[in-house]
Amino acid sequence: MADPGNRVSTPDLRQEVAVKELHRRVRLRLLRMHYESGVGHLGGNLSALDLLLTLHHRVMRKDDLFILSKGHAAGALYVTLWSLGRLSEEDLLQFHRDHTRLVGHPQADAIPEILLATGSLGHGLGLSAGLGIGKRLRGEPGRIFCLMSDGEWNEGSTWESLIFLVHHRLVSVIPIIDLNGLQGFGTTAEVADLGCLADKLRGFGLEVREVDGHDPEAIRCALQVEELTRPFAVVARTIKGHGVSFMENRMEWHYLPMSAEQYAQAVAEAKRL
Amino acid sequence: MRSVLATALVGLSKDKDFAFLTGDLGFMALEPVRAAAGERFINAGVAEQNMISVAAGMARLGFRPWVYSIAPFLYARAFEQVRNDVCFHKLPVFLVGNGGGYAYGVMGATHHALQDYGALLGLPNLRVYVPAFAADVPVAAERIVRAGGPAYFRLGRDETPKNAVLPAYAPWRRLLAGRGPALVIVGPLAGGILAAAMDRPDQIRPALWVLSELPLLPDEIPPALLDDIQRSGHLVVVEEHVIEGGVGQALAHALLLCGAAPKRFSHRYALGYPSGFYGSQNYHRKECGLDPQSIIALIEKT
Repeated sequence: MADPGNRVSTPDLRQEVAVKELHRRVRLRLLRMHYESGVGHLGGNLSALDLLLTLHHRVMRKDDLFILSKGHAAGALYVTLWSLGRLSEEDLLQFHRDHTRLVGHPQADAIPEILLATGSLGHGLGLSAGLGIGKRLRGEPGRIFCLMSDGEWNEGSTWESLIFLVHHRLVSVIPIIDLNGLQGFGTTAEVADLGCLADKLRGFGLEVREVDGHDPEAIRCALQVEELTRPFAVVARTIKGHGVSFMENRMEWHYLPMSAEQYAQAVAEAKRL
Repeated sequence: MRSVLATALVGLSKDKDFAFLTGDLGFMALEPVRAAAGERFINAGVAEQNMISVAAGMARLGFRPWVYSIAPFLYARAFEQVRNDVCFHKLPVFLVGNGGGYAYGVMGATHHALQDYGALLGLPNLRVYVPAFAADVPVAAERIVRAGGPAYFRLGRDETPKNAVLPAYAPWRRLLAGRGPALVIVGPLAGGILAAAMDRPDQIRPALWVLSELPLLPDEIPPALLDDIQRSGHLVVVEEHVIEGGVGQALAHALLLCGAAPKRFSHRYALGYPSGFYGSQNYHRKECGLDPQSIIALIEKT
């Protein structure tokens, strides 16, 4: 298999501009949605947004499936679906409110795009493995992309799923890890230090590509995989709160909603990104 | 019961949506299922949480996976996976918990399932099946497939009395008519009590009922059971499960809702390990007053 690694191909300049504009527009919509609904959890949404957008706009095909194992990035998923025209402006206005389908973590049977509900960490990789083995038994095409947090590698069930994935050579299941380095109540290094997660995954037999999780072209290249012979994962180095200076790498933005002043500053910065 | 289920599953494995996952258990019992199901038989290893998530993922694509382990390793170990991945999505994942109640005997408390259906019945969309006799197992298995939603199948040891003529499987069944108290039993305990009660004189013989499917809904209580309760004025509920979330509580609640509360209500249930000593299934049953002699004594004291 050719290994494009982090190689950035020479993209068409116009396309690069279009991608940048798309990401900017969706990031602003994410900030507005969270601000208007008075919702925090922005840090992990901003770290995942470039991954989600690249995956959904430029990588996934008709038969591919997606599982948001880090369910707390639901906001980023909703605005991604909005950018694809699968959720409306009216839908986004209902985010986090009473009588909504757009819950803080993806809800079962809420919208067709949410194949399986998530929110409790450590479920997504096993669900993805089930989808992968099901597709294989049926002889159906398509890959399963599973977006995970780094914190959920604290969960024992995640490692159970990893062992299963490797043992059954489920090459169609592709974990993408949003390695933002911050978890619920501290940095990943402070809470339960795994050292180099990519090396741990390699030790389990996976092929791993490490990538800048905020470089759309690098993400796209890293996910160009065909005819794999062994399971493969992408470890994406990201910044929690990416694009908003006062949020970047700050614990509190895992939780807090923005004030009016903070929102104005966040918008000004996100426009410049 | 396990080998009877294995035979039934070999039949069901012809369905293209059949799949079977085991948590590395089933030696000398599940080999025929493995042979029949081929690659749709998956030994998921000693990793029950992942096994349930994998089954849910497969079910989301249209499979109807059976998931097998010793009962507590399913309902207790992987409870959240059952709740979130299976029940929230109403997926046809069929959990087979071997060793209901004290069935694993002197293997010890870690292997007992004393709060399984009580814990699981709080979950949405899940139905529990507790066969009383080996002959119930294939019929119940087919009903599980037909119902097509989350299911928990509580297996035990077959205790069917010799020469017993059993009515066809149904969620509620009367095995014996009698003019004594109405006696409702859950699971294989029914076998020994049936054997002890069937030769008692009609005057004191209990009207013996077996309940095999839960949740217990008030409008599904058979009118004939209500008659038996009304006539004798005494209802006795017997189950190898703790009081909390058990059938005793559910039936008392249902009868209150129906305005059919009995004058007298007795409940025999699993007490845990009151002496602090351990033994066979029958040892534990005896400690809890769940053995046939204790139940007959309770009934005839009336």
